[in-house]
Amino acid sequence: MSLLSGDGPRGRPLQILIGAVVLALMLAPFLFPGAKALNTSAKICVMILLVASYDVLIGYAGIVSFAHVMFFGVGAYGVGLALYGLGASWTAVAIGLVAAAALSLALALAIGLFSLRVQSIFFAMVTLAVAYAFNVLASQLSDITGGEDGRSFKVPAALQPGFKWLDHPIFGVPASGKLIAYYLVFFVAAVAFLVLLRVVNSPFGRVLQAIRENPFRAEALGYRIVFHRTLATCISALGATVAGALSALWLRYVGPDTALSFSIQVDVLVMVVVGGMGSLWGAIVGAAVFVVAEGYLQDLMGALANAAAEAHLPLLPGLFDPHRWLLWLGLAFVLAVYFAPAGIVGALKPAEGKGKRT
Amino acid sequence: MSALDVGAALPRRKIEILPALTPLIVALVAAPFVGSASTFLTLTAAGIAMGMMIFTMASGLTLVFGMMDVLNFGHGAFIALGAYVATLVLLPLAGWSASDSVALNLAAFALAILAAAVVCGALGWLFERLIVKPVYGQHLRQILATIGGAIIAEQLIYALWGPDQIPLALPAAFRGSFVFGDTAIEKYRVLATVVGLAVFAGETLILNRTKIGLLIRAGVENREMVEALGYRIDRLFVGVFMAGSALAGLGGAMMALYRGQAHATIGAEFLVLCFIVIIIGGLGSVGGSFVASILVALIANYAGFLAPKLALVSNIVAMVVVLLWRPRGLYPVTGR
Repeated sequence: MSLLSGDGPRGRPLQILIGAVVLALMLAPFLFPGAKALNTSAKICVMILLVASYDVLIGYAGIVSFAHVMFFGVGAYGVGLALYGLGASWTAVAIGLVAAAALSLALALAIGLFSLRVQSIFFAMVTLAVAYAFNVLASQLSDITGGEDGRSFKVPAALQPGFKWLDHPIFGVPASGKLIAYYLVFFVAAVAFLVLLRVVNSPFGRVLQAIRENPFRAEALGYRIVFHRTLATCISALGATVAGALSALWLRYVGPDTALSFSIQVDVLVMVVVGGMGSLWGAIVGAAVFVVAEGYLQDLMGALANAAAEAHLPLLPGLFDPHRWLLWLGLAFVLAVYFAPAGIVGALKPAEGKGKRT
Repeated sequence: MSALDVGAALPRRKIEILPALTPLIVALVAAPFVGSASTFLTLTAAGIAMGMMIFTMASGLTLVFGMMDVLNFGHGAFIALGAYVATLVLLPLAGWSASDSVALNLAAFALAILAAAVVCGALGWLFERLIVKPVYGQHLRQILATIGGAIIAEQLIYALWGPDQIPLALPAAFRGSFVFGDTAIEKYRVLATVVGLAVFAGETLILNRTKIGLLIRAGVENREMVEALGYRIDRLFVGVFMAGSALAGLGGAMMALYRGQAHATIGAEFLVLCFIVIIIGGLGSVGGSFVASILVALIANYAGFLAPKLALVSNIVAMVVVLLWRPRGLYPVTGR
């Protein structure tokens, strides 16, 4: 299929899983009524794009970056601050997005050219330091960014929950701006995902994988490693910027906790590894599993913690405390790194399909 | 490296002096801008003390990286753990800390930082065996595995000690400042500088004067050759990793005492600083990280005084400038 760039999910179980997730996201407003479910779905859409763009870097190019959430934050703050400063119009969204994309590109280019020529491990450290400084900068420049409190802003009228575009509900769901906003998030994320899929299956994507597997050999074949790696960084940064912009439009708020914090970076890492590095489909699985777990695993853990507390077991209430859910995901993460480097997607892949087109 | 350099390096490696002088140069450049001599002295003393604490943490990281080629993102967790272990020792010993006897004060302090180092060293062994050992030689999986280990360790710290910060009082003798004329220098900063210098001296002695140190330096330069000569490199690895973790704990405990509180966020904060320091110093170089720690801390202090907004990015700027001058850090280690 040309829409999927000839790289659809392989293997029946994976196809069913991906199909189910995509279908569920597509029909989410109708299938799962209620604000929490819709927020969860929108977050999954945003995270799919964020994780997929990260996978281009970590899975395909084999570069570990810790500044990915910084680009996400640039997108979110760009759109958010434009809407805050210029008023709720589509022009403001466009201006914010373009400015954010330009800033992201400039940052990605600077970081890439500066640190990718040495060693990829160097890149990991430099991006960590830059992202940390950016985070601190965003919280300190409170005149512009609203500091720790962030900024709440109005989105264009068509996206506001109060906006009615039909008098009667569609299949029992009120035809509000929330519905438009959700489908904006869904379709932009879907299109961007398909673009990324196209990129990784292009000749450029093949070269990236060649560089990941053996940089010396790729260089000997005449490919400029720094150029390819830097371009991959830029593409991935743009993807993250768009994801950030979507997140800001959906939440109608930007702040360090939702757009820049290092914990989002860790979440993205967990998603990409659990879902499966080196396959963009892993992003869909990883993001869906993680966000659902984040939303609902905590309830389960709360119940377990209470049960353990009532049974007067030592330590267990603390370990099952709903706030400690990351502990269990961290364990899953480490186990995935050791035993399932290709994540859920790799586990579901048909055994013979390695490297072969089916 | 050209053949000429190799030949020159054989009898005794030439130590370049200019990189070591960078902190001094920065201090001299900053001095006229700061203006008042007493402020300058206070800032400089504070910077050196801060640099010593950073060095204690960073030297462990750089050794582990140089020796094992492992970039340990779990280092921050050991820094945080050291801080919490210090609270475990100092809270029961509150009587010692509060007493008038300097000896008791010092004993409480020494016990706290030693306990932090020992506990972190022991858990470093566990961390190396469980998290790092299966992924030697694979950078990507190493980074991921140590991050996973760091997540787990941080969550365990929260589970054991709770999410709130724990206040930590300095022993009585180290509160307050020495005052010389207009210049006030906090007593604890002097103590931290002494401990940091002792760590540096200890590391330098062990690395340069003992068999183990010789093997470690050889391992940093060429691991295969050490293995080929019949040494059990994996034992050396564990030892270095434990030492690195112990140093992280020691630094974390000292920093927690300096701040007067222990909290798990100290880990991520100083991990970033440690990375900057070891990049500036040259990955794997203990001497380089010593110079870089002081340099970074001094620049942060001067920038914080002269242009507080700039202070936030001063570390990054320092790193960029140093790397433009010397792309592999102040004291690059051969073969990296």
